[in-house]
Amino acid sequence: MTESLNISIQFGGGAELLFDKIKKREVDLPALKKYLPDCQREKWTIRELLLWIKENLLREREELFLQGDSVRPGILVLINDADWELCGELDYELQNRDTIMFISTLHGG
Amino acid sequence: MPVPCRGGCGNNAVLKRPKTGDALCKDCFFWAFETEIHYTITKAELFNKGDSVAIGASGGKDSTVLAYVLKTLNQRFNYGLNLMLLSIDEGITGYRDDSLETVKQNRDDYEMPLKILSYKDLYGWTMDEIVAQIGRKNNCTFCGVFRRQALDRGAAMLGVKCIATGHNADDIAETVLMNVLRGDIARLKRCTAVATGSEGSIPRVKPLKYTYEKEIVMYAHYKKLVYFSTECVFAPNAYRGHARALLKDLEKIRPACIMDIIYSGETMSVKEQVSLPMQRICSRCKFVSSQEVCKACVLLEGLNKGLPKLGIGKSSKAKRMLEEYHAKQAQNETVLEDVVHYLNDTSISDDKGNKNCRSKKDSNKENTSNGETCSKNNCCGGGCRSKTNVDVATSNKKLDMLLEQYGLDDNSDEKNATKENGVTDTASDHSEDETPFNGQEEDDTCSAACGGISIGF
Repeated sequence: MTESLNISIQFGGGAELLFDKIKKREVDLPALKKYLPDCQREKWTIRELLLWIKENLLREREELFLQGDSVRPGILVLINDADWELCGELDYELQNRDTIMFISTLHGG
Repeated sequence: MPVPCRGGCGNNAVLKRPKTGDALCKDCFFWAFETEIHYTITKAELFNKGDSVAIGASGGKDSTVLAYVLKTLNQRFNYGLNLMLLSIDEGITGYRDDSLETVKQNRDDYEMPLKILSYKDLYGWTMDEIVAQIGRKNNCTFCGVFRRQALDRGAAMLGVKCIATGHNADDIAETVLMNVLRGDIARLKRCTAVATGSEGSIPRVKPLKYTYEKEIVMYAHYKKLVYFSTECVFAPNAYRGHARALLKDLEKIRPACIMDIIYSGETMSVKEQVSLPMQRICSRCKFVSSQEVCKACVLLEGLNKGLPKLGIGKSSKAKRMLEEYHAKQAQNETVLEDVVHYLNDTSISDDKGNKNCRSKKDSNKENTSNGETCSKNNCCGGGCRSKTNVDVATSNKKLDMLLEQYGLDDNSDEKNATKENGVTDTASDHSEDETPFNGQEEDDTCSAACGGISIGF
């Protein structure tokens, strides 16, 4: 099955500044096998989503958003409004209609 | 597979607390978050019933959450506090003007009076104008030092008992680390205090001292509090940025490190033979200082004298620069007088008494082109600014020499900085700790306003 995955990606707390200041996007992810032919997995996880975001949405200074294969420490990730630390973090498998939110804690006032 | 809330309420957890590792649902998280702050306030007796309290408000996440929580706790536990918002307008176009809109929103949402003080009104300079003078390097020094004093002044105007600032646990851990990295023992000693204040100054309290940044952001998110987040348009402090990044990396691996660093700072003791600066009152502006003249006055004098870099770095250096500056001026005056006397064909009188402004009268009388100069050692913050400027303009040579010397000093100063810091650097009086805008900043950094941002974005 290669049905596409429809998810909502949101940015807040200043993280949106790296993404054209757009806070909410609805995106359709292609079939994972098509996008990353070498990937061993069947399903999209946050790990692959970060790659996709990097190549498709991230406009500037990617080191301010990504570090290694994860987000930069200090950026909170919420999966359907819950802390990703409760959901397996990078290994969470995306479901259709999921909302993934990235909130920076790194901004001053 | 949802994780159940550790509170036993039957709900699903929404976050993992960094401090304890507990998984909590929204309601249990709100309760824990607010109760811990209440505990911090009551255990340290930060407030007394009937107190007026100014909340240092920047429009950012920390001060917004602080204002909201204090209002909530004030009602819930009947603190009897009269809360108000105090904001500083540094005059940074595209940054502070926007965030002040958020503060005004807070004022309306939380029904608290708001006082906004501007650098322009207090000091005669906006940050935009200061940066135009000194460039983008070091501007955080001005901003931080001025802000700290501006909050004191604002609090005095409002007649409040204390100023509550939004410093969170991550900020304080970062400050401990920064003070270690700079060898700043005086600040290291006091930066973890939940309440600070010496005689003659209005105490500052940090109700969010033990509150993790992550929880503040999650709280604001779940409560749908509106706050402002953008980067300061001026360059950030790279040294602090590295410290912050290190801390965030460590926190990711072991969140307890934040509390442990604070604990280390709290319990560390300074050897008795280490001499620490005494807190006293600035002889010019009468606000608290660890020097005869506070850092804010030194920086301001530098700006007004056309030597904007005066006061960047150690106080000992500033003193030296000023002495040289005044010595040169005195010398100039002496020379000038000699020339005047010579031209007037009068007998040359004894010059011993010539140090101060005595030349004013003489030169006026005698119509010299140099005009007046104010070379009093304690001169003028603003009073004789214009005169001084005239003087500076007319003696380019002197200025060039000064700047040249200054440049040299600057370099050597940086080299020596680590050595000297702890004991001798008391330069920044007005800053006890630093951090986010709401009020703090150490000496030369803007931890709050622009602090980590660049790095942190």
